[in-house]
Amino acid sequence: MSVTLPKRPARRLRLVRSQHKAPAPAPRKWFTWRRSTPYLLILPAIALELLIHVIPMVVGIWMSFVELTQFFITNWGEAPFAGLDNYDVALDFSGPLGVQLLESFGRTLVFTLLVVGISFTFGMSAALALQRFRRGRGLLRTLFLIPYALPAYAGIITWKFVLQRDNGLLNELLTTLHISDERAFWLIGGNAFVSLVIVSIWQQWPFAFLMTMAGMQVITEDVYEAAAIDGANTWQQIRHITFGMMRPVNATLLLLLFLWTFREFNTPFVLFGATPPDSANLMTMHIYNSSFISWNFGLGSAMSVLLMLFLVLVAGLWALWNRKVTRNA
Amino acid sequence: MKTRPLAAGVSAVLLAATLAACSSGDADSGGAGVTLTYWASNQGASLDNDKEILTPELEKFTAKTGIKVKLEVVPWSDLTNNTLAAAVSGQGPDVVNIGNTNAVTFQSTGAFYKFDDAALTKLGGKDHFVGTAFATSGKPGEPPTSLPLYSQVYALYYNKKQFADAGLQPPTTWEEMVSAAQKLTKPDQNKWGVVIPGATVNASMHFSYIFSEQNGGSAFDASGKPTFTSQGMIDGVRQYVDLMSRDKVVNPSSAQFAEVAQAAGEFARGNAAMYFAQTSGINTLAQNGMKPDEYGIVPIPAPAGKTKIGSFVAGSNISIFKNTKHLDEAIEFVKFMTSDEEQAILNKAYKSLPAVQGVESAISDEPEKTEAFEKVLAEQAKPLPLIPGIQAFQASVGSAVVGLIAKAATGSQVSEADIRAALEKAQQKMASAPK
Repeated sequence: MSVTLPKRPARRLRLVRSQHKAPAPAPRKWFTWRRSTPYLLILPAIALELLIHVIPMVVGIWMSFVELTQFFITNWGEAPFAGLDNYDVALDFSGPLGVQLLESFGRTLVFTLLVVGISFTFGMSAALALQRFRRGRGLLRTLFLIPYALPAYAGIITWKFVLQRDNGLLNELLTTLHISDERAFWLIGGNAFVSLVIVSIWQQWPFAFLMTMAGMQVITEDVYEAAAIDGANTWQQIRHITFGMMRPVNATLLLLLFLWTFREFNTPFVLFGATPPDSANLMTMHIYNSSFISWNFGLGSAMSVLLMLFLVLVAGLWALWNRKVTRNA
Repeated sequence: MKTRPLAAGVSAVLLAATLAACSSGDADSGGAGVTLTYWASNQGASLDNDKEILTPELEKFTAKTGIKVKLEVVPWSDLTNNTLAAAVSGQGPDVVNIGNTNAVTFQSTGAFYKFDDAALTKLGGKDHFVGTAFATSGKPGEPPTSLPLYSQVYALYYNKKQFADAGLQPPTTWEEMVSAAQKLTKPDQNKWGVVIPGATVNASMHFSYIFSEQNGGSAFDASGKPTFTSQGMIDGVRQYVDLMSRDKVVNPSSAQFAEVAQAAGEFARGNAAMYFAQTSGINTLAQNGMKPDEYGIVPIPAPAGKTKIGSFVAGSNISIFKNTKHLDEAIEFVKFMTSDEEQAILNKAYKSLPAVQGVESAISDEPEKTEAFEKVLAEQAKPLPLIPGIQAFQASVGSAVVGLIAKAATGSQVSEADIRAALEKAQQKMASAPK
């Protein structure tokens, strides 16, 4: 404190001097660079945000209330207002389309829980291991991050080759090692779900690893040393110090992973094409197919809005829970 | 301090540039330097093959008229959705090829130029075109929004040597075909009787349609309502799926073939003795190194005592986007593509049947192949229903059958109940489709 105090008047003095030098500004000039700069700097971000996220979202919500079929796609304005009809069809769980939506919702939930759970466990374990064993850490860290650095499409297409039945690497390995004599299908039938989960984990876990590793580096050695002196063993240190102090990081990480995984589209689309096997028909794929099979974009939009509402609900519940946790902490 | 306003200014300029780039379409100066954008469908063995065939013809057009044509060959898997996107946004090519299956669906969107009587007269009149091909150009009684370019029909291709070695004759009934296929199937040597493009949605719909028609089923009733669960429809799909499920004459791996060309490749390599393909198969096989005298062509056989239907009138049509800024030039281009001279050249190169009168078909040097295809077109081809929901039919029934083939490939027996359930589900999806 005693060091910083004398500096302050000096700075103020310089300011005053510079104001004296400059010609006195007009009392009510509506535009000055000084005042406008922050706004100008965020203007591109706001404009792009509107263009890329907000406007399409609003249009999508509007679309869900009209009968936007092939007869009106060239002239959206003429599409008749449908009220809640599209939602009625999507949420009528006694009707076929509602049942299919519900099925794909359940499938997506299981998929998300598996992918997020396993990715998080992998990421956390790898970060913990690298925290403790410092030898070769840089190399391993780079290796682990490769899936995250690869362009998503290139990675998934490579997996698609690996999972081919006749000349895929996986079946080659399984038959050479005599683990299985029969060449299995990995991209159709029930196995497709397993493949989808594995490829998604492969893509997601480096992010979990990166985040948990960053979170751990913030915890100082002193805390661990103090705990060790008090007689805490390694497991107790991990449980009470690492996990305890990383709670905010982990909470955010789990939310992000959940939201990203639940609306995953690239992986199933690149892996299986536009018509995925039933076992891998996630909600986003189901919406895509419902829109493009019948060219009924109103219905597709209604399903998308429902998906968005669900994710908003999840994020909202998370925020409530998180506030409670922080308050109790 | 000076850098801040500068940075703000730069980002504002950047933003303005971005927005300007978004909004400005490439406005042509008009006049002689007009450039048309043309999305061609994939008629040849590959996209490059298409470019090789079309480029010299387009240059000829430019030399004749001064109008330049920017060519993009779009694979079938993307063509429908890309055209749909162009229709929605109003930003698209000037001229586009469409699968004639989708002609009425696209007509109903209102995104395409209507060839009224005046325009048709300019192109040589209705009678310039072959009747069966012209019938696919749109709803009867309304001005067409597409005109036929290449006509095709399906047939059964068989490997002559494998048939001769086994002492077999080309099949005339479905039963003969299956028994020949069983004799030629040797899974341990990777030899199979038949190859199918099992994961290809549109081809799966084609086969469902053909075999259902053989069994007296109909996908739609007279009022245009879907009747996918009629017995004939179920029997037809069953006939197709049984090739893999019960008869076991198809390599299960083909359940993953998402492109027709993959099936053609297996046939060309001799891994399958038979395959169903359209006339363009002749070109695809040549590109795969199979000589024309190595295979024969017969109509796709029907089960004994059933209706002899072996195809529908397939092919590609050409359309003009209503939003084009160069309508006259586009019509000029369609006139060029449907002229006698170009029809002869292009249909010869693509091995498809000319869509205009008076042009000899030159799909093969061997008269028996040409005759086989012409016989199918004249006697055994039943046109697809001309209804707006036809695209939804293709997507829903096609993917249902892809799912059934996948089920058969992964080892499950596909029962009649499975087929009924899959078709029921496909029909329910139609409920949300426009009538």
